[in-house]
Amino acid sequence: MISDLISMNGYGAYVWSAFAFTLISFSSLYFIIKLQLEKEQKRFEENFSTLAEEKYNVAVNKEIYKEILKSSGAKI
Amino acid sequence: MFEYFNPYRIFKINSTLQKIILFCFISVLSVGLVEALFLSPEDYLQKDSVRIMYVHVPAAWISLGIFSLIALLSVSVFLFKNKNFILITKSLAPSGMLFTLIALVTGSIWGKPTWGTWWAWDARITSMLILFILYVLYILTFRIFEDQDKSNKISSIIAIVGAINIPIIKFSVDWWNTLHQPASISLTEESAIHSSMLIPLIIMTAAFALFSSLIFLMKYNTELIKVKNKGLKRL
Repeated sequence: MISDLISMNGYGAYVWSAFAFTLISFSSLYFIIKLQLEKEQKRFEENFSTLAEEKYNVAVNKEIYKEILKSSGAKI
Repeated sequence: MFEYFNPYRIFKINSTLQKIILFCFISVLSVGLVEALFLSPEDYLQKDSVRIMYVHVPAAWISLGIFSLIALLSVSVFLFKNKNFILITKSLAPSGMLFTLIALVTGSIWGKPTWGTWWAWDARITSMLILFILYVLYILTFRIFEDQDKSNKISSIIAIVGAINIPIIKFSVDWWNTLHQPASISLTEESAIHSSMLIPLIIMTAAFALFSSLIFLMKYNTELIKVKNKGLKRL
């Protein structure tokens, strides 16, 4: 039964490799984009924390900056 | 109208949507995989190799859809000078490129048991390869040119000129003698595929569409943070 599912009448190697390639490609792209997002969030946090007080006061009131920090889990 | 393309609004919605879409994607993909690999019947001629259709066809459809959208938004970039459209097109490109690659590779795997060859310079396959090259060029433009205005213009031109390739891919099976069969599914006519195969195909297409939406949202947020990082330095 299981060997029938795996062999798929002799087409198993083709079918499984096509599906495996698709799933591996999905996972790879997902993790690459996730890593890029985390890297940018970290860079933003670092840049934000090193702002001079005057600039910090301007930045802290901008909705988009607050939202970016919130998404990365940082506290303002 | 452009208020809806406000980066802050999109970023806020994105962060919430990502988790929901990831959950929906995993659920729909699981159902789709069971249907495609175990429940759907084998073809009378192609036998079990027909199951490759469930990853090959949705990947090809979505890669074409994404490029058409990129081309359309690129026209809007020229017309409305809205830089947010560039962020959107830039974020759509990676999943579009991946789906084109999947269509090419799985098509090649399917070609071996069906046609007896991994590759043929057939009109449909060649035009899909051109689409892949266009995606690569589009993505590389942003890396090669440091001047943002220049990279925006060149990438938009690539997308608009490359859009000529979309009808070529679609109608290649009608215009030339190719190894590919004519379209079995049409929006205006009744499908030539039996529902036992059509349903898994629709489920897998939905899963792939969810995945491309997820990648788009994540990439959009990444690109937006990049822009805002530069903005912090200019404060």
